[in-house]
Amino acid sequence: MTSLAWLIPAALFLGLLGLAAFLWALKNGQFEDLEGAGWRAIDDQPPGPQGGNKKPE
Amino acid sequence: MEGALKPDAIPTPAVDLTAPEPVRETQVFTAPEIMCGGCLRTIEAALADTPGIFNARANLSARRVTVTFDPEVTSPELVIAAIKNAGFSAAPLIEGRDEVHAARVSELMPRVGVAGFAAANIMLLSVSVWSGHASDMDEHMKALFHWISALIALPAIAYSGQPFFKSAYAALSARRLNMDVPISLGITLATAMSFVQTMRGTDHVYFDAATMLVFFLLIGRLLDEQMRARTRSAAENLMSLKALTATILDPDGTVRQIPSLNLQPGMTMIVATGERIAADGIVSDGLSEIDESLISGETLPKPVSRGDRVHAGTLNTAAPLRVATTATEDNTLLAELSRLMLAGEQTRGRYVRLADRAARLYAPAVHLLGLGTLIGWLVAGHGWEIALTNAIAVLIITCPCALALAVPAVQVAAISRLFGQGVLVKAADGLERLSEVDTIVFDKTGTLSLGEPSLALDQPIDADVLARAAGLAIMSRHPYAQAMVRAARARGIDFEPQLGVTEIPGSGLSSMTPEGEERLGSALFTGVTVIDPRQAASLWYARPGRAPVGFRFEDRLRSDAPATIAALQAAGYQLEILSGDRPDAVADAALALGVSAYKGGVRPDEKLARLTALKNEGRVALMVGDGLNDAPALAAGHASMSPSAAADIAQNAADAVFQGEKLGPVVEALKVARRAHRMALENFAIAMLYNIAFVPMAVMGYVTPLLAAIAMSTSSILVTGNALRLRSMKLKLAPVAASTDEDRP
Repeated sequence: MTSLAWLIPAALFLGLLGLAAFLWALKNGQFEDLEGAGWRAIDDQPPGPQGGNKKPE
Repeated sequence: MEGALKPDAIPTPAVDLTAPEPVRETQVFTAPEIMCGGCLRTIEAALADTPGIFNARANLSARRVTVTFDPEVTSPELVIAAIKNAGFSAAPLIEGRDEVHAARVSELMPRVGVAGFAAANIMLLSVSVWSGHASDMDEHMKALFHWISALIALPAIAYSGQPFFKSAYAALSARRLNMDVPISLGITLATAMSFVQTMRGTDHVYFDAATMLVFFLLIGRLLDEQMRARTRSAAENLMSLKALTATILDPDGTVRQIPSLNLQPGMTMIVATGERIAADGIVSDGLSEIDESLISGETLPKPVSRGDRVHAGTLNTAAPLRVATTATEDNTLLAELSRLMLAGEQTRGRYVRLADRAARLYAPAVHLLGLGTLIGWLVAGHGWEIALTNAIAVLIITCPCALALAVPAVQVAAISRLFGQGVLVKAADGLERLSEVDTIVFDKTGTLSLGEPSLALDQPIDADVLARAAGLAIMSRHPYAQAMVRAARARGIDFEPQLGVTEIPGSGLSSMTPEGEERLGSALFTGVTVIDPRQAASLWYARPGRAPVGFRFEDRLRSDAPATIAALQAAGYQLEILSGDRPDAVADAALALGVSAYKGGVRPDEKLARLTALKNEGRVALMVGDGLNDAPALAAGHASMSPSAAADIAQNAADAVFQGEKLGPVVEALKVARRAHRMALENFAIAMLYNIAFVPMAVMGYVTPLLAAIAMSTSSILVTGNALRLRSMKLKLAPVAASTDEDRP
């Protein structure tokens, strides 16, 4: 039972960590374009302005 | 983010972000053709190549582009031009009137997160306590778990519950009751009592129920707001694209394009043929014909010349015009319409939403029941403590989690279903009001009909003649000429653009051929004497040695209008047509559709008066219209809908906007609204059943925290599950309630 003394705080800390990550992501605009984010991930072109300028035509 | 950072004007390859930047301006543009990930890249790359742009970020979900630019180097017009060059239409975003709601979603999200964290962790501790009853958990351990729960619950509820507390406080200050009053009372009392019980070391601790309640209700509210934000954003995109730009002639002779919002009185606009006039004004030069169908419903173009007043949104059909803009205050039409719209809104009155109507009955009943339990236990001779515990247990059990989710869950399912079918329900209570309708008043031009001329089908036309005429017509932007080209294409006729075509403004087109001169244009221009005044809406085609051929144009009905009207009549709706167009044109349309109640040549105030009269007769009217002249009636109708091509004032006044060429969405909206109303009632019934089952137990003092948690989540899940069925359900338009049957012959 004494293990609870650190297990509960540890569990709560991890939970708070998750909550903090969620709030950070929210504030950072990570959920602003859920559809677009998926497409950006599979985009082949390098994200830099030098490589990304060529229009695929 | 940095992906699109590249002002080309600066020769250095890397941009030093720490350097003092010039003035930055951020503007959002709508670009509804963003359909895939490639589009994002194309637009961002194109904008990165444009000088003066610091940052561009395209958003696929919202179909918008956010651009940060240097207003000294570039301008919103140049940004739009760059997006257009990349192959997408774009317009500066015009935000709707109520930005309050968009803020609410971003406010609710973190609260949901915190409530979710608290609910999960407290439930973990509570389950341990409950299972402790069956095993060897001692009192100290239980107390410790309760204290930890309290530590999590108190700040979490104080933060996450605020939307409910604020709303309840606002309602109480206005001496009203809404659903948030019993919710707030339940949450507050449950938390306070649990805290007291924790201090005293007893079992009646409801932190889990309180946080779970907040979490569930916040999710319901968030989904509701998100759905509304989505429809509103789609409606804003539509409006923004329709916003007009004006070509301005400066006193020094330079010509530039500006958005109509930036127009000032006293400017001179150049309005090309086929363009919409961006602002009210007085014609200073030119001779043309104006199509005012969006303003008055009148389909025949009106001739204008120097000194005539023209209105924003009307279409210049014949020849280029110069228009001196006038101040909005001078505009008697708009001022008159705003006054009428205000009167219309007052006619409609304040609508009390279904959930609030339920709360008005429910809240006093629950509070009396709690009080009754308290007194009952006291009278029975038990102490204050037991009496209070049981009274609060009653409040927790009755705290209307399922009841509060009953309506929002259905609304979210219904609005998202309609969204997929191109109907944007903008008003929060629009769907509820739509479900009560028994009478539908239609405008004609642009609502039942398409609002653009098309070649009448009732005349035999030689394919060769049509091909020759279309070959001339393709050179012009006149609406009739364009309708002629469309008609030729629709009939699969191949035609070649004719050579050497000249356009004589206000008259027509002519071209010299080896056989002589061919002409397409007005009767006068082609040498025809017209006796029938209805032939004025026509074009004539003349070629040497043959009799001139006339083409009549009409404002054709939407393709599914007859079927839609028939379906509505079959369901028992009373239909009326009120139009500002000529009485004979309205009569033709009404006859074709089989509507017996119609009136033409109706002014905006007469439309408003008719809707008021209908209301006084006890009818519940839906107004469907698109013109400026419909706006007061749209504001006055119990519910209102507009096609997406409608004038912006009409769209703002309407509860719902439907997209596309068809009229069918009106039926669909009615179907879904009626069904949603029924499902909301079903959900109320489920919530009531739950109360009937558990309230007696609470009153008797048999409710434990475990039972409360199970009962609350089961009822919430049942209600939400029932609502979700609406998304895929097959619907039939049920007949209107029997009360209106006796009015009918």
